[in-house]
Amino acid sequence: MAIIEIENLTLALNGKNIIAKLNVEFWEGHVHAVVGPNGAGKSTLASTIAGLSGYTDFEGEIRYNGESLKGMNIDERARKGITLAWQEPARFEGLSIKSFIMASSRENDESLVLRVLDDVGLDAEDYMHRSVDRTLSGGERKKIELASILAMRPRVALLDEPDSGIDVESLERIFEAVDILKRDGTTVILITHSLAVLNRAEHAFLMCDGNIIDKGTIDKISKYFEDRCIPCDHKNMPNKAEIKETV
Amino acid sequence: MIKDKQLVDELYGNTESPHVLKDPDTAHLTIHHDEVIGMHSVPGLNIDTNKIEDGIEVNVKLNKGVRIDKQVHLCFGMFPEKGIQKIVMDVDIGTNSYISLLAHCIFPFAVDVQHIMDANIRIGENAKYKYLEKHVHSPRGGVKVIPKAKVNIGRNAEFKTEFELVKGRVGLIDIDYETFCGENAVVEMLARISGHDDDEIKIRESAYLEGKNARGALTSKIAVRGRARAEIYNKMTASAPFARGHVDCKEIVQDDAVATAIPIVEVHHPKAHITHEAAIGSVDNKQLETLMSRGMSEDDAVDLIIEGMLS
Ligand SMILES: Nc1ncnc2c1ncn2[C@@H]1O[C@H](COP(=O)(O)OP(=O)(O)O)[C@@H](O)[C@H]1O
Ligand SMILES: [Mg+2]
Repeated sequence: MAIIEIENLTLALNGKNIIAKLNVEFWEGHVHAVVGPNGAGKSTLASTIAGLSGYTDFEGEIRYNGESLKGMNIDERARKGITLAWQEPARFEGLSIKSFIMASSRENDESLVLRVLDDVGLDAEDYMHRSVDRTLSGGERKKIELASILAMRPRVALLDEPDSGIDVESLERIFEAVDILKRDGTTVILITHSLAVLNRAEHAFLMCDGNIIDKGTIDKISKYFEDRCIPCDHKNMPNKAEIKETV
Repeated sequence: MIKDKQLVDELYGNTESPHVLKDPDTAHLTIHHDEVIGMHSVPGLNIDTNKIEDGIEVNVKLNKGVRIDKQVHLCFGMFPEKGIQKIVMDVDIGTNSYISLLAHCIFPFAVDVQHIMDANIRIGENAKYKYLEKHVHSPRGGVKVIPKAKVNIGRNAEFKTEFELVKGRVGLIDIDYETFCGENAVVEMLARISGHDDDEIKIRESAYLEGKNARGALTSKIAVRGRARAEIYNKMTASAPFARGHVDCKEIVQDDAVATAIPIVEVHHPKAHITHEAAIGSVDNKQLETLMSRGMSEDDAVDLIIEGMLS
């Protein structure tokens, strides 16, 4: 069953259609990947589903469990279970990692902080009382973002480029966290232009120039990375160099 | 000496350290309105007090070479809704000594209260002086806090202060601190203040880095909401070789509040260096949306971000 159904979604930013008449369904409880070259509109799609300011004025329909998300704020959507992890997570001066993670959870349970930090491979003793600020490396910051999402136990988690800034060993922890989300029944939508991330999904969508132009198994969609982009009349035709670079 | 135990306990009941007064190794001084109601000293530290009009004159002398390991507690406050509390302080910190003070200023019921502090502080060579001042005010905003200090920091000495007013309403606060740094001396002043309604916050801090290699940092972290106003005039001058410093002002502005920051940096020596940074604005949108995307309401998210910034 689809937990998110998108019909004829059109979204303009600064007067330009970034997403144009897009149709897609995300099945509940699965790990999906939305892949495509830079500028395809992947982050815009994620922001629109999450309901960030500036992305709420869309045409068409986005339904979550059958209910329209039109006019619903980011926090209302989050309370219904939709969350987003930014590609470049925000930094918070003075806010402890513990408070940040607790803010995501509905339970007032400190042991949860220990558990989710452990889940993403961070030593809770070392990290709990540090701030979510500039002293964290990009990779550490991404893991903390994921920990906060684990603490939230969302129904839909949109993870924008979850591997950016993550080293090879840590990448495995990120995937384990995705497994935990899946085990909890969360629908995971991985926004990515990396083959490694695509390979962890169960189902993939190829996005190009503001539209989903193909979908199917990982094998099928990963052909895209092997330089067999489905011919279409999109304007941002991915060039070979770019595809190679991302593999 | 504890003159009015109940009153002392009630004042300290507003702080996070109500137990300290029982410890014989912890020096403390408690002034309620214009009366000393509790006082205890430790070897090497002399505190004497005189009654003056509307207040108390306090003379603090720390002997040379004395290191006081336990934080000294000061408590200035008053329970009546109206009145003036004036504290005139003279602080003489001997060479090679160390002291750390925690001052609580408690005005939980104020409707029309003035707290005036006039301090003259001399820190001897190689001495270290730390001063943390925490305010607890009434939610009605009827407090005027007017602290003034002139601080001379000797060779190799350190002066570090922190001023915190994040509970209750500010009312009006008008800080005026002037510091003079000798060779190798360090000054660090941090103010963390949160204003609401029609609170008014004024900070005028100056650091004169006069000695070779003197170092300074003036930091203000301010949040204003409602119709509150904040004006921060921080000034740093450097007039000796290798003197260096930084002036930093962060202000979060919500609703109809207004914040101004006017940093003045002045360098009188080609080998000195001062930087400044001011960031004034609303709560960062990405921070806000991150927390909202985890299910927090906008108001709760703003509170948490401000709490972090002020911590
Ligand atoms: N605020 C904006 N205003 C105008 N154009 C934008 C804005 N944000 C993104 N875009 C454009 O939309 C397109 C899709 O961007 P994005 O969704 O970030 O792509 P992806 O995540 O697939 O790399 C890009 O061409 C980008 O330049
Ligand atoms: Mg993107």
